[in-house]
Amino acid sequence: MAEKVTNKTVLFNPFSKNNPVVVQILGICSVLAVTAQLEPAMVMGLSVIAVLAFSNVIISLIRNTIPTSIRIIVQLVVVASLVIIVSELLKAFAYDVSVQLSVFIGLIITNCILMGRLEAFAMANRPWPAFLDGVGNGVGYTIILVIVAFFRELLGSGTLLGYRIIPQSFYDAGYSDNGLMILPPMALIVVACIIWVHRSINKDLQD
Amino acid sequence: MSKLRKFLDRIKPAFQPGGKLSALQSVFDGFETFLYTPRTTSPASYTTHVHDSVDSKRAMTIVIIALLPCFFFGMYNTGYQHWLAAGATEFPFFSLMLYGFLAIIPKVIVTYVVGLGIEFISAQIRHEEIQEGFLVTGIILPMVCPVDVPLWMLAVATAFAVIFAKEVFGGTGYNIVNVALTARAFLFFSYPAYMSGDKVFVATSQAFGYGPAVADGFTCATPLGQIATAGGETAITGIDGSTISTWDAFVGLIPGSFGETSVICILIGAAILLATRIASWRIMLSAVAGALLMGWIANSAATPTYPASFLSPIDQLFLGGFAFAVVFMATDPVTAARTNTGKWVYGFLIGVIAVCIRTYNNGYPEGAMLAVLLMNVFAPLIDYCVVSANKRRRRARLTSKA
Repeated sequence: MAEKVTNKTVLFNPFSKNNPVVVQILGICSVLAVTAQLEPAMVMGLSVIAVLAFSNVIISLIRNTIPTSIRIIVQLVVVASLVIIVSELLKAFAYDVSVQLSVFIGLIITNCILMGRLEAFAMANRPWPAFLDGVGNGVGYTIILVIVAFFRELLGSGTLLGYRIIPQSFYDAGYSDNGLMILPPMALIVVACIIWVHRSINKDLQD
Repeated sequence: MSKLRKFLDRIKPAFQPGGKLSALQSVFDGFETFLYTPRTTSPASYTTHVHDSVDSKRAMTIVIIALLPCFFFGMYNTGYQHWLAAGATEFPFFSLMLYGFLAIIPKVIVTYVVGLGIEFISAQIRHEEIQEGFLVTGIILPMVCPVDVPLWMLAVATAFAVIFAKEVFGGTGYNIVNVALTARAFLFFSYPAYMSGDKVFVATSQAFGYGPAVADGFTCATPLGQIATAGGETAITGIDGSTISTWDAFVGLIPGSFGETSVICILIGAAILLATRIASWRIMLSAVAGALLMGWIANSAATPTYPASFLSPIDQLFLGGFAFAVVFMATDPVTAARTNTGKWVYGFLIGVIAVCIRTYNNGYPEGAMLAVLLMNVFAPLIDYCVVSANKRRRRARLTSKA
């Protein structure tokens, strides 16, 4: 990309143009796993934003002292510590959601977006841009998560954030929730549709 | 006929580029080539291409003809089951047929309107000819669904399958999985209450106010459904409580999806497809062999944990959608394996997997749909292995001679 890297592009590019999910196709596994309902998807998105931003800052701070040969291990230790903090916080203040998310909070450690950002950005940039980059990518990830979860919860359960959206009269008239929407394969198809729309709008991304 | 031809020739210019209705060019072209074989042939410079007079549209028409016996029998059977459910003792032939016709025709219309609509629109967007691939899909889909499936679900499933199983891959001839089965799988996983169980396989409502009324809360499961929910060895019963024998399953006057119950009619369809060489006998034969083998293995190790293992291998062939799936779905030339050796493997595994799912997963009383879809996905891999084995063999022959 010939574009000049400024703090602004670092923060806003991942929202759409360089979105980690629909452009770089990273972090797909958690998109499949946590998007059956909107609430866990939002909590998951916030957790990833927090972990990504702070791990970027920490790695960026110590980037010159990390020996190259063990840098992945160091990154993992930082990410793992942050994930444990997030996980404990969730257990303390949002227990129900943390039960719903179960293992997937722990699996943020293996989220490809994190390692990708640490390797590609935090290891080569100063803390403030690294922080913006972490927030930007986390928000980009969260946007997709929320869109997918919105459609899956609306069509799969007829609710949003647990509130009934599709009125009972629809069900009486013969409407029925789509059970496939609750199953992970449909998340892939919804993501595919988002990519489809996204590339139709941004023609320069088409291969 | 020549009047029709003249009429088409007269209105044709309006659909050419620059004409008034050029936006509908692919629609016109689709109908014209459906009605008349195109007169254009490949130029002499393409002499390597051997052109049969039976193009894909003519082949599709033959498949439709092969489906007709099942379709008419499905109409009769729908009426027959409805009359049985209403407790009737007389079964007037024409009333049964009329009831079945009224019950199925809205579904056929809905699938065709939705499917062809999407097909026409996408052909027009791509500036391509319309491929008549949906002609067969549109009639098969209502035939493999329970007769009481709501119309809007059918429309949603058709749209989903045509868009995601076919158009995104490039349209007719490029789909990797069978479109009708994708639609059925979508229905099955999305709306399980309407696709399985004991409430849907017999039409209980009147069709446009026609036919006798049936008591509310009437239930009757398909034979395979009954077996899956029963523990241990069980007798399968029809609506009136009589036992369903192997012969009944062969004739087909049993509850089930619209077009799949009668093995006789499916065999007539198979004969038409084989005589015209549209379907592959290798796939059919090996699928039956696979099902018989797996049925025999399951039957010889029958256990009450898996009630379907008490079925004899012959019953495995006759009950449920297996026969229909093997004759009309597995042999779909687009999604099946293409090499001859590959077809043996492909068909055999469909038979084995269908009986496996049916027997060892009580949650899915019918495995034929999932077996065909799974093998659709593996067909290119099977072909790849067959082709590379052939290459290796030829290379070895060459080097040993040299």
